[in-house]
Amino acid sequence: MDSLSQLDQVKTTPWSGGRSPWSVEYGKIMMWFFLLSDAFTFSSLLVYYGAQRFSKFTWPDPDLVFQSIPGVIDSGAPLVFVGIMTFILIMSSVTMVLAVEAGHRRSKKEVVGWMIATIIGGFMFLGCQALEWSHLHHEGFWWGTIPEPEKLKEFFVGPVSEVSAQQFANLFFTITGFHGFHVFTGVLLNIIILFMTINGTFEKRGHYLMVEKVGLYWHFVDLVWVFVFTFFYLV
Amino acid sequence: MSEHNTHNTDVHAHGEHGHDEHAGLSKAKIWQVFFILLGITVVEFIIALVILPKGMVPQSAGNVAYILLTLLKAYYIVAFFMHLKFEKRGLQLSLGLAFIFIAYFITLMLIEGGFLHLHMNN
Repeated sequence: MDSLSQLDQVKTTPWSGGRSPWSVEYGKIMMWFFLLSDAFTFSSLLVYYGAQRFSKFTWPDPDLVFQSIPGVIDSGAPLVFVGIMTFILIMSSVTMVLAVEAGHRRSKKEVVGWMIATIIGGFMFLGCQALEWSHLHHEGFWWGTIPEPEKLKEFFVGPVSEVSAQQFANLFFTITGFHGFHVFTGVLLNIIILFMTINGTFEKRGHYLMVEKVGLYWHFVDLVWVFVFTFFYLV
Repeated sequence: MSEHNTHNTDVHAHGEHGHDEHAGLSKAKIWQVFFILLGITVVEFIIALVILPKGMVPQSAGNVAYILLTLLKAYYIVAFFMHLKFEKRGLQLSLGLAFIFIAYFITLMLIEGGFLHLHMNN
């Protein structure tokens, strides 16, 4: 017994066993590693998009493709609608981190309030994306479909390339679709966590770690949007 | 001796837990990060809607600025909202170093894209 306890005392570095070297809870580490793998998936999609665009002489000009605010004006407002979408997503990231902060103080009422705000933000983003998709679909873009040659001219500054337009359409719907699927999943997770909070599950458990884990996922969705926004709308 | 040791570990564990809670973001910091993210996005809009259309800088310089600003935004989201800045170095490294592979992949695909650009168009 004595020699054992001596061994225990000798080994006190983080990596000598008997304790969690990162002092991060198991579920949180697993969420981080899931997000890392998800980041690889998104990276491969975006890198393929970049390589395609880089290899072409012309590409649909984002300022010409995305210049409408669905339901308000049809053209002449580049970046405005996607700016609103970006603002909504950053805002819902803030309400999520405020929910986590309230969870640290174990204030159930505030967690519920901020989670509801986050869920509303998520639905608003999805609604905007549905409008954006239906607008582009109305213009003639879809998986495997591009507008008529006459119409297509409007989206290019220089010479028109049908191959580029098709690559743009396929990649736009695939990548924003995959991102939208993540937002949708995040909203579902947030709703589950909201009901668990209302139910008092975390209050009984004594901590709101589950809110932090779902929060990590939600911020990741925001993070991916930052990159999608840059590479589809700005560059 | 054994009892003493257990007691020590408990105190340590409790101390770490207390530290973790302390490291959570304050409301003021959260809003500060929000305004930084919003500010960076506004700068990107100014580049896209004012600086580039007026031809003050070439498109390629604008693209470099976009990518740098995007990486800066990503840093603020991951470091503060996802709290990675306050985690142990080991976790930061194991998550961050993996992106060496992504950088390598980007390099490879740009070389490939450059080749296609030269040889397969027209």
